[in-house]
Amino acid sequence: MSVIEVSKLTKYYGKSRGIVDVSFNEEEGEIFGFIGPNGAGKSTTIRLLLSLIHPSGGTARIFGKDVTTHGPEIRRDIGYLPSEVFYYEGMKVIDLLKYSASFYGKDCTQRMRELSDLMELEMNRRISDLSYGNKKKVGIVQGLLHSPKLLFLDEPTAGLDPLMQRKFFDLIRQENARGVTVFFSSHILGEVQRLCTRVGIIREGKIVEISDIRTLQKNKYKKVCVTAKGLKPADVKMAGVTNVQADNGAVSFFFKGDINAMLKKIGGLKVEDATIEEPTLEEIFMHYYE
Amino acid sequence: MSTTIYLHEFRTRLKSVVIWSLSVAFLIVFFFSMFTIFVDQAALMNEFLARYPQEMRAAFGMDRIDMASVLGFYSFVFMFVQLCLAIQASNYGFGLVSIEENELTADFLLSKPVSRMQVLTSKLLAALTSLTITNLAVWAISFTAIELFRGGHAYEPGTLLLLLISIVIFQLFFLSVGLVISLLVRRVRSVTPYALGLAFGAYVLSAFSGIFGDVKLELITPFKHIDAASIVRDGAYNPPLLLLNVAVTLVALVLSYWMYTRRDIPAVS
Repeated sequence: MSVIEVSKLTKYYGKSRGIVDVSFNEEEGEIFGFIGPNGAGKSTTIRLLLSLIHPSGGTARIFGKDVTTHGPEIRRDIGYLPSEVFYYEGMKVIDLLKYSASFYGKDCTQRMRELSDLMELEMNRRISDLSYGNKKKVGIVQGLLHSPKLLFLDEPTAGLDPLMQRKFFDLIRQENARGVTVFFSSHILGEVQRLCTRVGIIREGKIVEISDIRTLQKNKYKKVCVTAKGLKPADVKMAGVTNVQADNGAVSFFFKGDINAMLKKIGGLKVEDATIEEPTLEEIFMHYYE
Repeated sequence: MSTTIYLHEFRTRLKSVVIWSLSVAFLIVFFFSMFTIFVDQAALMNEFLARYPQEMRAAFGMDRIDMASVLGFYSFVFMFVQLCLAIQASNYGFGLVSIEENELTADFLLSKPVSRMQVLTSKLLAALTSLTITNLAVWAISFTAIELFRGGHAYEPGTLLLLLISIVIFQLFFLSVGLVISLLVRRVRSVTPYALGLAFGAYVLSAFSGIFGDVKLELITPFKHIDAASIVRDGAYNPPLLLLNVAVTLVALVLSYWMYTRRDIPAVS
């Protein structure tokens, strides 16, 4: 069952572009990565799905219901961690969490304790006294305490130290194992690679690619690096070779096509060293951006 | 309506309400305690006031009131009470949704399972409750001050009730007009200048309307819709102006709901 169904979703802020004709589906239990640089429209998409803003065109459905007409009902089962967290400065952490919990009409006390113990959150401090990273922790607890079925994470790791990031990822994996669907937006590809099963790449408001993370890495490009005396970029030139970079006798490039043809081509050279590897998502990503 | 939001909003404003109520109460007691002196020297005082230019007296409504009567004097004090209440109500009106958007807590609130309608209704009711507390303080202190300082002079309690009942209409006007303006302008960065502008603007318009006499400024300012001096003089409201006031409030409220439910909540920029 599709948890999120987005069809030709478009948002203009006056004349400036938010997103244009964005379409994708996310299945139940998936961790969907949403990647793109700043200003590509990641937050706009999430804000549309939460009906914080209203679409200029297209439709979005969550749990099979339209987000503009069934917002409150849908949001009962949604947890949201914004990219930048802002809470009522004068409140204590515990009061904010209680306020947050009071919207869901169920007892969240135990889950709240578990989560704040895990994130090492001090409950009795004032929000205004918290560092950015600590506010982010409040955001995490606040977004998860009502055991939502769908999680929106908008660049969630910014401000968290590496140890906390790891705890956070473990937490997200646990949630996912319990059946929670996760929509993970980020511009840091490493973390998307670690966590997500499927990714959508957004650029200048448009989706450029949606695919399985494995397919994206495996079936398309290989990163080849060859070292040979007097090797010039022209020596490796053939169909399917892109991104050729020469560096002190070593030439590296992306290759897409029949790997045998490439091996033959390299075989004809007097090779000192050669590697063929999966490109990182980062490299694939840069590739999309050229 | 969401009890959760209502209580949260009410608590947030509690301190402000206490301060406003105490200040207004102090203002009433302080001014009205001078009534005894006024009455004793009534002839002298009226002569003294007569030396002021006609325009000046008109601006403060003094040309229509007898400062030596209990309610005449009270209506003079009441005008300043109205000014305070106008500032307080517009302050709450302007801040109702804009503070939350400025401090970017709107994302938190509106990603909860509540509709925009519920949010706005809860916020309005919470603000109205806060204003009503100040309102009740004015009622209590007004009766007390009059009893304490009227020195045996008689007054018409019915007319006093008319003045006091008008407060809630007056407050609702500034609350809803403040709210609708805050939704009409792109972004309210700071609430206080707007609130002071609206309240003092309306007050000054009413004062000028007094000076120029036949200029129809009373049509737009609530200080004329609910004019204490006239209510005391006539022992009644001015029904067309009062209806106009209520109509503006209703239009502002309907427009606010319409705009707020369609509003794009600004993000961090």
